[in-house]
Amino acid sequence: MTTHVGERVSRVDGRAKVTGKARYAAEHAAPDLVHGFVIGSAVARGTITRIDASQALALPGVLQVFTHENAPRLARGDKRWRDELAPPGSPFRPLQDAEIRWSGQPIALVVADSLELARHAASLVRVEVAPAPHETDLEAHRERAYKPPPHERPSVTPPSRGSADKAFARAPVRVQAEYRVPVEHHNPMEPFATTVVVDEDGTLTVYDKTQGVQNVQSYLTTIFGAEAGEIRVLAPFVGGAFGSGLRPQYQVVLAVLAARQLQRSVRVALTRQQMFTIGHRPTTWQRLSLAATRDGALAAAIHEAVAETSRFEDYSETVVDWTGLMYRCDNVRFAHEVVALDLFTPMDMRAPGAMWGVYALECAMDELAVALAVDPLELRLINYAEHDGNEKRPYSSKELRACYHQAAERFGWSQRDPEPRSMRDGDLLVGWGMATGAWESTQRKASARAVLTADGRLAVASATEDIGTGTYTAMTQIAADALGLPLERVTFKLGDSALASAPVEGGSFTVASVGSAVDAVCRELRSKLLKLAQQLEGSPLARLRPEDVEFIGGLLRARADPSRALTFAEVLHRAGIDHLADEVTTRPSKAHEKYSRYTHSAAFAEVKVDPELGTIRVTRVVTAIAGGRVINPKTAESQVIGSVVWGIGAALQEHSVIDHALGRFITHNLADYHVPVHADVPDIEVILVEERDEIVNALGAKGLGEIGVVAVAPAIANAVWHATGKRIRELPITLDKLL
Amino acid sequence: MNRFAYLRADDVGAAVRAVAADPSARFIAGGTNLVDLIKENVERPTRIVDITRLPLGEIGPGERGGLRIGALVKNSDLAYHPEVERRYPLLSRAILSGASAQLRNMASTGGNLMQRTRCSYFYDTTTPCNKREPGTGCAALGGFNRMHAILGASEQCIAVNPSDMSVALAALEAVVHVTGPEGDRAIAFAEFHRLPGDAPQLDTNLRQGELITAVELPALGFAEHHAYLKIRDRASYAFALVSVAAALELQGGTVTEARVALGGVAHKPWRDREAEALLVGRRVALEHFQRVADALLQGAVGRGANDFKIELARRAIVRALSHAAGRTSRDDARR
Ligand SMILES: Cc1cc2nc3c(=O)[nH]c(=O)nc-3n(C[C@H](O)[C@H](O)[C@H](O)COP(=O)(O)OP(=O)(O)OC[C@H]3O[C@@H](n4cnc5c(N)ncnc54)[C@H](O)[C@@H]3O)c2cc1C
Repeated sequence: MTTHVGERVSRVDGRAKVTGKARYAAEHAAPDLVHGFVIGSAVARGTITRIDASQALALPGVLQVFTHENAPRLARGDKRWRDELAPPGSPFRPLQDAEIRWSGQPIALVVADSLELARHAASLVRVEVAPAPHETDLEAHRERAYKPPPHERPSVTPPSRGSADKAFARAPVRVQAEYRVPVEHHNPMEPFATTVVVDEDGTLTVYDKTQGVQNVQSYLTTIFGAEAGEIRVLAPFVGGAFGSGLRPQYQVVLAVLAARQLQRSVRVALTRQQMFTIGHRPTTWQRLSLAATRDGALAAAIHEAVAETSRFEDYSETVVDWTGLMYRCDNVRFAHEVVALDLFTPMDMRAPGAMWGVYALECAMDELAVALAVDPLELRLINYAEHDGNEKRPYSSKELRACYHQAAERFGWSQRDPEPRSMRDGDLLVGWGMATGAWESTQRKASARAVLTADGRLAVASATEDIGTGTYTAMTQIAADALGLPLERVTFKLGDSALASAPVEGGSFTVASVGSAVDAVCRELRSKLLKLAQQLEGSPLARLRPEDVEFIGGLLRARADPSRALTFAEVLHRAGIDHLADEVTTRPSKAHEKYSRYTHSAAFAEVKVDPELGTIRVTRVVTAIAGGRVINPKTAESQVIGSVVWGIGAALQEHSVIDHALGRFITHNLADYHVPVHADVPDIEVILVEERDEIVNALGAKGLGEIGVVAVAPAIANAVWHATGKRIRELPITLDKLL
Repeated sequence: MNRFAYLRADDVGAAVRAVAADPSARFIAGGTNLVDLIKENVERPTRIVDITRLPLGEIGPGERGGLRIGALVKNSDLAYHPEVERRYPLLSRAILSGASAQLRNMASTGGNLMQRTRCSYFYDTTTPCNKREPGTGCAALGGFNRMHAILGASEQCIAVNPSDMSVALAALEAVVHVTGPEGDRAIAFAEFHRLPGDAPQLDTNLRQGELITAVELPALGFAEHHAYLKIRDRASYAFALVSVAAALELQGGTVTEARVALGGVAHKPWRDREAEALLVGRRVALEHFQRVADALLQGAVGRGANDFKIELARRAIVRALSHAAGRTSRDDARR
């Protein structure tokens, strides 16, 4: 029997993407479409005292300049503005008041016949502001840190245990260090954009760049006080998002506002520069204090973090928990606080929290290994956590040991000379470093609808997203296997708020959540189909037990006797129906509460450093991932390769620099904000470790979208230390820090 | 972004007249720099004169045994031109270390010389910038100045010239041929770009309406002993933190002619003939290279985030000179 799950299936939407048939949010056309251009504030804090749009409005073809003075008042109250992922606080409301809260905040939308005209007109709008003093420097305001109110359950810091400070003071071997990480911006290839099409009956079809069509739909419906059927949100293709599309962005509000006011179809697209005025990964200060006995057993671990949030929302992420989770230790203290700054609210960005928390922990573990004079990998094995010390419960599965062994073997770790600056390639210093990664594996409630038609085709749908992760392909594979159909006969539809409900596409939980629903609904159809087939007069399958019938190539067939078979089409035809349909909702099982569910990884990196010029090249990365069952090794490896590239960027390049005098991100374009280019990307070897897990969900899949990024930056930082003998505890590690 | 009139010039005279008459008119060639600046409101030309149809796309022999490069020759065509690769590999390397293949396919020789600084504040019209808007101040001075000048800057402006090609042209002592409303003139490369002083809005000594028609390379190309070393924050597609064009003439291991031009450190490609002269008559040796580096960097000033560039430049100069000196089989055999 041919199966598709587990096979290297190429993206089912690949052809549409490379031929340009796949349309993104700003590529949808509408008759009489007009264009909006956003004007952002130039200062970080203050009050708008006057906006003079007369010059702009005088231009023929300029329809309107929306500002807080003339924009309609939308919903009142914080609650109505809180989308599904909003942290506690008072969400930003575009054009609802004169207050400026961060530099780049949208303060006006110019709408004109053409994009060029709108952009030109925007340059003619005069804005007067009474500026107020701003604070954007985390370090300078750390004394204002406070404990953020809990957001989602996982971001509640677990209780400390034992007596970490005493144990730390008494232990024979100790390291304590501070680590600093900058703001990063997601910078997906596709900038945020919305095309709102006003249909003849006045309803709005909103093509939006988002990771959650239903989140956007309910948000818009609420803030505009619209009827549920009035607004439909579509996002069939998303050009990357990495978390930036989890919450509705301001351009969708502006576009809908303009479309409703003007009763015209409107498009609003952000420029690359404006992509630096939305959420970001927060800059975070951390201090790690690790102590061990002489034989390397962790005696105490203290993880303190202070991260940034905005003045109006308490964003927080899971930064410190990892230290209590990843290693066995009885004395652990956590402290996680935030400082409110005059910046926009941070947002989840690929492996939020773990990215920075595990970076600091894994660098500190490397420092501890040096202090103990044990191999860094050995130190991890000595302190291997067999169960989750934070929650005091077993893991649903944890093949981290296999990750360590397989990746170390491929990398050749045993050949490493522990002495820093000891390995060379000609004039270059060679460094080898490693680190561990962990990320949560969750399942959310999700629904899927499936329709099997008389022509033997299966159409499955759910309001999830494919942000480049391969959702279309994975769901098609799962559905095809559940009914024994070839891939060509299965279509999967997503990115439409009218479809069966699904959570946002994020948290690496899409395959686990939506995949489970797809699997379940197709299995439901399978039983129905069999029942129908067996009820037919003279059915060749009558009285066979379900397990004695196989579904293969669009046939139902007796396992024992292949001549006893019916096609799906025949069954429907003879039963006198033209289709079979069902919708199923799946939820995490009860067993979830008894187990901790995580994916794990190990990364090994090689760097070569020019000892005089400080230039660093990553020359090799081997990473092994334990993420449960792999639905599609090809797209899974893509996710991990992309994650490694992200890790290189985080370790060596990415940095949204804030000019604190101006209170503004100043590296707000892709010439100043560096991400790796091809020449920075070395050989990357991905090992997908076999891991069976019957707890996480029926598919056994744990999610692979984020785990690949977690261990990479610390592995590289540790490799840089090994190459140079210098501990750079501040990312990105640029060459000036090594001079 | 503003509205502008677009004019396609059919001959050099018409192009010059169209721009000379209007102080806010601009030539456009590849457009890879100008269009970005227009979109960001940094440049607001009222008239754009397209010069891409002018007959300035040839590479041919120069008057004194060198090579004459038309102003519209694309950066890629120039870098891969067989004569350039053979006689001026330093230029070829410098060009290929800049931008990306796509940009080099569009960018012109004249446009490359005229490209404006990449100072983040210059590009962001919400911030003060004397180069963009004289008299508003310089936000880079106390701000994020990692990419900024360590040599020849003023309190008005610490921006750097971002061109790689220009660094090689400075070392090669090219000559820029221009046609203006008052006729033709030839400008020595060292006189082409200027230091900011108290008029940082001016990048070059070109007058309004003057059109670059060609760049002429002298006969001496340093094909045997040269190096272009570009140090940047990623392996490709990034502007230089520091770049060095080093070119040597050697006779029996003794230097007879030396050129060192620095990029990424000043408002123009940086040269110091007195420093270069320290090498002449000397044998190839690290200590002499170090002495040149020290001399070149005399008076270098850091502004905070770019302090490291002084030491980086020192090391880069020594490295580039060592590479240049070492780059022949004869030399290798002797060592
Ligand atoms: C993302 C990016 C990265 C880059 N990286 C690098 C790099 O690493 N190194 C590097 O050196 N460069 C780099 N560049 C810059 C690139 O080299 C320049 O944009 C290009 O050389 C400009 O040439 P152009 O023909 O497109 O000029 P245009 O944009 O057409 O014109 C630029 C200016 O030159 C003037 N001009 C053009 N031709 C003439 C002429 N014949 N006479 C008088 N004035 C003229 C125009 O009026 C305009 O003011 C980069 C550019 C980008 C966008």
